[in-house]
Amino acid sequence: MSHDELPVAARVRRLEERVIAAGLTTGDELDALLDELLDGASPVNGARMVARAWTDPDYREALLADANTAAGSLGFATNGYRLCAVENTPTLHNVVVCTLCSCYPVTLLGPSPGWYRSFAYRSRVVREPRAVLAEFGLRLPDEVEIVVWDASAETRYLVVPRRPEGELPEEELAARVTRKGLIGTSAV
Amino acid sequence: MTYRPGTLVRARPTDPDHHTRVPRYVRGHVGEIVERQGEWPLPDDSARGIAPPRVEAVYTVRFPARDLWGTGSHTVTVDLWESYLEEVSTDEP
Repeated sequence: MSHDELPVAARVRRLEERVIAAGLTTGDELDALLDELLDGASPVNGARMVARAWTDPDYREALLADANTAAGSLGFATNGYRLCAVENTPTLHNVVVCTLCSCYPVTLLGPSPGWYRSFAYRSRVVREPRAVLAEFGLRLPDEVEIVVWDASAETRYLVVPRRPEGELPEEELAARVTRKGLIGTSAV
Repeated sequence: MTYRPGTLVRARPTDPDHHTRVPRYVRGHVGEIVERQGEWPLPDDSARGIAPPRVEAVYTVRFPARDLWGTGSHTVTVDLWESYLEEVSTDEP
């Protein structure tokens, strides 16, 4: 089934027709908005920020202090949201959710995966994150504390995973960072 | 009013008819202020077309899972506009 035939695509088309008919926006305005939002949006961007933080202590510090500026310094837009980077350590694991909808740093992670938007993930990860992470294949030792970040307002969260062992160049490190790693549902 | 990090606050146990961004699972629960993030328009006003909307501080508030769910050793942080919060008196048990 092509995307155009999916029930959700038909619903979105009807919704677009209604808001345009109501004079709230125009088709051109919607197209421009989507182009701006999705142009260059990819988890490769978040991965590059993480790999830089792993290899450059000054960048790591800047990222944790002011993530919007740190994203901008690598040429990545974070339009319309405050960005906060949260770092995993041997004793602390961060995982991100938006329980109210599906807020997420789109420009740095690309369009969100279906599971991130699912009711199951959104309702369960705040309640039993250890079990949810285990279902993703990430089994954390009991002594690792878990912090769940619910992006319920204007901040979008980016997880800085733990750096893999071994001396790898920055580009190879970046290639290992996955979107799940940047959300906190996988290790790198 | 500015809440400092470490201050204990309660998410107001309200259930308004209009749009709000207080997740239901924290309403009435006590958390700790982690950070004052900045100021943004209150979505409850924006969604109702109230112009101009109130502009308020948004705080990162940390809740222990055990208080929210009765079980669990993790914490959940939720980002809440100032009027969603009330300070917890230090006299309270």
